[in-house]
Amino acid sequence: MVTSADLYSVLPELILAVLAMALLMYGVFRGDKTVNTVSWLAVGALVLTAIIISASPDTEQSAFRGQLIVDQFATYMKWLVLIGSALAIIMSMNYNEREGIQRFEFPVLILFASLGMLLMVSANDLMSLYVGLELQSLSLYVIAAFRRDSTKSSEAGLKYFVLGALSSGMLLYGASMIYGFAGTTQFDQLATLFTGPNADPGVGVIVGLVFLMAGLAFKVSAVPFHMWTPDVYEGAPTPVTALFAVAPKIAAIALLVRTMVGPFGELFEQWQQIIIFISIASMLLGALAAIWQTNIKRLMAYSSIGHIGYALVGLAAGSEEGIRGIGVYMAIYLVMNIGTFCCILSMRRQGMMVEGISDLAGLARNQPMMAAAMAIFMFSMAGIPPLAGFFGKLYVFMAAVNEGLYVLAIIGVLTSVIGAFYYLRIIKIMYFDEPAEAFDKMAGREVGTIMGVSGLFTLLFFVFPTPIVSAASKAAAVLFSAG
Amino acid sequence: MMEIGLSHYLTVAAILFTLGIFGIFLNRKNVIIILMSVELILLAVNINLVAFSVHLNDLTGQVFALFVLAIAAAEAAIGLAILVVYFRNRGSIAVEDINLMKG
Repeated sequence: MVTSADLYSVLPELILAVLAMALLMYGVFRGDKTVNTVSWLAVGALVLTAIIISASPDTEQSAFRGQLIVDQFATYMKWLVLIGSALAIIMSMNYNEREGIQRFEFPVLILFASLGMLLMVSANDLMSLYVGLELQSLSLYVIAAFRRDSTKSSEAGLKYFVLGALSSGMLLYGASMIYGFAGTTQFDQLATLFTGPNADPGVGVIVGLVFLMAGLAFKVSAVPFHMWTPDVYEGAPTPVTALFAVAPKIAAIALLVRTMVGPFGELFEQWQQIIIFISIASMLLGALAAIWQTNIKRLMAYSSIGHIGYALVGLAAGSEEGIRGIGVYMAIYLVMNIGTFCCILSMRRQGMMVEGISDLAGLARNQPMMAAAMAIFMFSMAGIPPLAGFFGKLYVFMAAVNEGLYVLAIIGVLTSVIGAFYYLRIIKIMYFDEPAEAFDKMAGREVGTIMGVSGLFTLLFFVFPTPIVSAASKAAAVLFSAG
Repeated sequence: MMEIGLSHYLTVAAILFTLGIFGIFLNRKNVIIILMSVELILLAVNINLVAFSVHLNDLTGQVFALFVLAIAAAEAAIGLAILVVYFRNRGSIAVEDINLMKG
């Protein structure tokens, strides 16, 4: 029986779904000349959803016989996802217009992808996990290939689709194994099954868990399942890359955290080693492979692989403090990436986008403000205090040290030193190289505003860290209070 | 006469799953074969789910299998659509031609 309480707790998702379909209809009947209206309405829909999410009560509610759960962890992560999607829509408008790919389907697809991400964050059952994940992925495959007359973009879409489908297949196989050997797909029932002195998960469940983790590692693009990331980032249109770098990553990390800590929390010893391995491998690859890149979007892909590695350090710690670290890290990661992609979106010369790192040469003399913003983001990503990125790393490494994972923390610090090389190289190119031809002036205020605000956030995070840190610790606490 | 039990179904599903994975990685010819392999993986999962569902005498697995079927259809549609777009741009769907970006 579906009760009104069920519907009430998924009200934000319902409203987003209805609004997305309404906007789709509006766009279909009015044609492509309504793109700007549809885009702003889509942003409005996301804002409205975020408001409803924060207006819902703080207590934990589960809906549809435990298929979905709404708690403070979900609320926090949903906020980040919605902010990322809304900013990506705003950033795309001017770009799409100039590149001649202005179509109303774009914001609508982002809305559907966001809906999928909200469901992923709320998932409390292997079934709702899969459906949410696919709603997100299927929309994103299309968005990656959105510039349909470009070989690069369609190739990015094709690669993303093939590898994404493979990863969902592995995830599903894992889910079927877990269902078969545990007898249930519901997270709470799974959790009770593994608690107790003589609870034995059995080999079948462990095999299923490994497949499930492989599928999820694909979605967060952790090594060894990262190979799609650089190609998709490079090929997709830049605002799409900005979206890929933030919203789906945050949703997938949230899903990974909930799945590992919730139903499989008792199997910590089994999955901790895997998480430690993929965390170290991601940090190393993110730091080393990025050094040789010449394309800035490709570099951002490796940078995001590295950042996911750092965030997973918090999960490897497996403590409430570690999950809080992930929450803080993802918020800071969101802001840094959005800001950096605003800078990348402004790299336009005589009407053409340029993406080479060498194109940034001498930017400080031509556009000092943009160069300063970019420098802030790069310093922050490198983890140099007192910028925001440093605190993100600090929280996860502290959690790892407190759990006795010294080796992991030391490797993390070492790789962030190596990673600092390529971030600082960008700053060196901007400030000390012979100036290249100046970029075009920024058209429209939106991108500049987002760049400025995220720059200020990154710069001043250390003054007001409390709201984010306390929200993240509330979100982390709720995951551990139940179990 | 041999009784066909759970383990037989699981073996078939495991073989199909492995075939699907290998089909994606070893295939150097055609992207359509990759789409078929993806389908094979999802069907292997469905066999697993239904076999477990009958074995456990629990309906959840069959409901799950229905969801998987529906989503597999949507996935195939989107995959073919992306493939058509790619073919228009490139004039080929050979796997070895998908190499514009590397590194």
